[in-house]
Amino acid sequence: MTTHQTPLLTVENVVKHFDISGGFLDQLAFKGGIHLEKTTVKAVNNVSLFVNKGETLSVVGESGCGKSTLARVILGLYRPNSGKIFYDGQRIDHLSHEQWLPYRRKMQMIFQDPYASLNPRKTVRQTLEEPLRFHNPKMTAQEAVDKVAYVMEQVGVDPAWIGRYPHEFSGGQRQRISIARGLILDPNFIVADEPVSALDVSIQAQILNLLMDLREKHDLTYLFITHDLSVVRHISSRVAVLYLGTVCELASAKDLFESPRHPYTRALLSAIPRIGEKKAKHIKLKGEVPTPVNLPSGCVFHGRCVYARDRCRKEFPRFNELSNSTFVSCHGVEEGWDLG
Amino acid sequence: MKTKLQQFTESYFLYSFRRDMVAMASFAVLVIFLFIAFAAPWISPMNPYDSVNIDIMNSEIPPMWMDGGSKEFPLGTDNQGRDMLSTMFYGLRTSIIIGLGAVAIQAAIGVVLGLMAGYLGGKTDAILMRLADIQFSFPYLMVAIFMSAIFQVVFGAGSFEQMAIPLLTIIIGLSNWPMFARTIRASVMGEKNKEYVEAARVIGLPQRIIMFRHILPNALTSVMVISTIQVANAVMSEAALSFLGLGMPVTKPSLGSLIRAGQEFFFSGSWWITVLPGLWLVLFVLVINLLGDWLRDVLNPKLYKG
Amino acid sequence: MSHLLEVRDLEVKFALRSGDITAIDGVSFNLDPGERLGIVGESGAGKSVTGFAIINLISKPGYISRGSIYFEGNEISAYSLARMRKIRGNRISMIFQDPMMTLNPVYTIGFQMIETLQAHRNISKTQARAIALDKLKKVYIPSPEKRLSQYPHELSGGMRQRIIIAISLLADPAIIIADEPTTALDVTIQAEIMDLLQELCERDRMGLILITHDLGVVSQVTEKIAVMYAGKIIEYGPTETVVHHPVHPYTIGLIGSIPGSIEPGKDLKQIPGMMPTLTNIPPGCAFNPRCELAADICTKKTPVFEEKQNGIMAACHMK
Repeated sequence: MTTHQTPLLTVENVVKHFDISGGFLDQLAFKGGIHLEKTTVKAVNNVSLFVNKGETLSVVGESGCGKSTLARVILGLYRPNSGKIFYDGQRIDHLSHEQWLPYRRKMQMIFQDPYASLNPRKTVRQTLEEPLRFHNPKMTAQEAVDKVAYVMEQVGVDPAWIGRYPHEFSGGQRQRISIARGLILDPNFIVADEPVSALDVSIQAQILNLLMDLREKHDLTYLFITHDLSVVRHISSRVAVLYLGTVCELASAKDLFESPRHPYTRALLSAIPRIGEKKAKHIKLKGEVPTPVNLPSGCVFHGRCVYARDRCRKEFPRFNELSNSTFVSCHGVEEGWDLG
Repeated sequence: MKTKLQQFTESYFLYSFRRDMVAMASFAVLVIFLFIAFAAPWISPMNPYDSVNIDIMNSEIPPMWMDGGSKEFPLGTDNQGRDMLSTMFYGLRTSIIIGLGAVAIQAAIGVVLGLMAGYLGGKTDAILMRLADIQFSFPYLMVAIFMSAIFQVVFGAGSFEQMAIPLLTIIIGLSNWPMFARTIRASVMGEKNKEYVEAARVIGLPQRIIMFRHILPNALTSVMVISTIQVANAVMSEAALSFLGLGMPVTKPSLGSLIRAGQEFFFSGSWWITVLPGLWLVLFVLVINLLGDWLRDVLNPKLYKG
Repeated sequence: MSHLLEVRDLEVKFALRSGDITAIDGVSFNLDPGERLGIVGESGAGKSVTGFAIINLISKPGYISRGSIYFEGNEISAYSLARMRKIRGNRISMIFQDPMMTLNPVYTIGFQMIETLQAHRNISKTQARAIALDKLKKVYIPSPEKRLSQYPHELSGGMRQRIIIAISLLADPAIIIADEPTTALDVTIQAEIMDLLQELCERDRMGLILITHDLGVVSQVTEKIAVMYAGKIIEYGPTETVVHHPVHPYTIGLIGSIPGSIEPGKDLKQIPGMMPTLTNIPPGCAFNPRCELAADICTKKTPVFEEKQNGIMAACHMK
């Protein structure tokens, strides 16, 4: 993959499969004799992408497309089955717990559910001080409290509430506290996993504005995981569209929304309900979404694609770079078929 | 900012307690029981464990409301001339000490193993849970017979009397840990996939801290519920062991050994030696179970409506 | 009485241990055959309670404390529970966010559909089966015969929601109340379900009440919108007008806070603060602490819900 600058994060051919076959007894199968059968969820299949410093790369896709797994593989919560991940030029995917620690300060995460992401038995102070004290054992109590108060102010939570428990806050405020925890170690890179999808519209706007402000102030780089395309368009500089664990299209937000190339991207974009547009024409997809347990052969999208030809059923399309640093994996785009 | 006391007085916990007559009555009785057990040496008419106070001439005196009863022994005496009331007070004390001690041991083992099984999963989980299954398939009576037999051979029957309480505590404690391990494991498996645990991992906290400081406090409500029930069970186990003669010696009777002692005299008319400690035990176990039931309903997050 | 459904000054209260709280307060709207009404609001605004109140499905400790509901000219809010049961699921159907709330996981789709039909009508199993098949075809379910013998867990989320719609159509209802029917679904599936609902309304002259938090969805499907805030309808009017020329500052803020309404990268127009909980609704206009137009009167007097401009009704002192 050619890039114009050294990316902050590079993901190369990452594969993550989960074995869900359970114990020995669950694996027994009696089809044509007795043998053991493994069931694997193929969550992430050969994903490559990069995130440049200071940009927001959004990973979009529908439920079950592997976007959350990808986020967790990048942060080392799951170890990839194969592939490499580089942060600032250093390979990080194979590190041990101790070797990961310096990167933990630089790479942080914001979660989806503001009700599950804060430990209900810990006060705001305990939640925010813990990472600080753990990574800076020499820090004095006063320094820690000052830092916590500073970050709370940054995310718009009154530092006077430092002693409160999560249940005393509203969903929006909890999400601010969750963001504060992500920021407290002064990271450079933040993975945000659906940070606004559990929030009401007016609160969602507050949090999106906050995230954009923080990016300016703290010079952050975001990997933004979401299913909401209008949020994607608003916040990102580049977008990767994921379908069944495979990147269909990777392009700048402007290019992607103005001239989507991959048939799936087009269908997805046409389905966004836009306010005030009466009776928008949706591109209808055929068939059912396959499960990541039984991946289709060839192009993973061929079963739902109206343009699919024989080659799509047999051969996995390459992830090609087009003219303007847009990457598309589609035989039709590569060969210039008439895609409507 | 509310104080802790205010928070407590306004809580759903206290609210539902005050609306539940059974819970309040059980709690009141339990408090009386605990007070009696704690204060037994001071409120008992005599010390039944001290042979100086015992006069064999006073044996089998019926309770004071019956013919031949005496005001000196309100609930009568047993076959050795001990005051029943005092013996029941002291017996309760012994039962509660063993019950609480045994549950503490069970909880300590069960919580640690259950936490490890639930959080680490995989092989650790499989091994620990099979171990629990094996432990569960051993009747505790068998374990108790083995252990007390071995103990008596090694240290002699004489020292058994002194060591009876700790020994019983350990036997009952060791035999019931799988209850705790299974309960904790189930709630840990529910908690470990929550985002706050992932957040702790992203911070880089070691597994030990995540397990004990993040997950455990959130899995403890279930422990509270089964602890109460387990105290009742442990008291019953102790009584059963003593009844079989494997528990507290006759010189230091617990409720179980009293029931056993009285059993021989039951049909000769001295029913009170068996029946009174029996009722005493039933009442004690009943209030604990009633409180445990109430606690389970209140702490059940599915029913909790704040 | 000319409307299919008319809700007048509806008030629902919940009796809690700390006293009664008002969940919806003076809600009025009406619906004609074939008309699609959207009820929009954030969580806790009272939109779902409104839906449940129409079919008298409010569970304890909630109760309808004031107002009336007329359906086909009859005051159904005065009906007994037994009489209401004949209307519910029959003349007025309801679709929920989670299909598994309605589908029983241990029975096949066919069994559940036939059972529902036979509960309401005195027909044979063969007849019921034929109707069930017909309805499955109406919601464009591929290979409907096969689906009848399948269990709910064998189907995808989008397919389950279609089954639910088919079940709600079984008795040819006059009104469907859909409570966040697509919130749990992916956008591509959501678009298909919404198209389907719209088509059904147009073809069978069915009334639709779409309850959702998503203004985008509402603006594409419905003809009228009621915006709810803290238990009250604060703006009510034709969809086109409400979306393009909203009157109430809350509606304006809500539309402005949707990403996509403005140029990417710019700050979204956010409404400060959050909706008050039902236990501490501020005096006067409930929106006044978050409103940039708020004046003295807004904190003192509750604004009247009245006709403003272009056929929009709104409750605001400043407009």
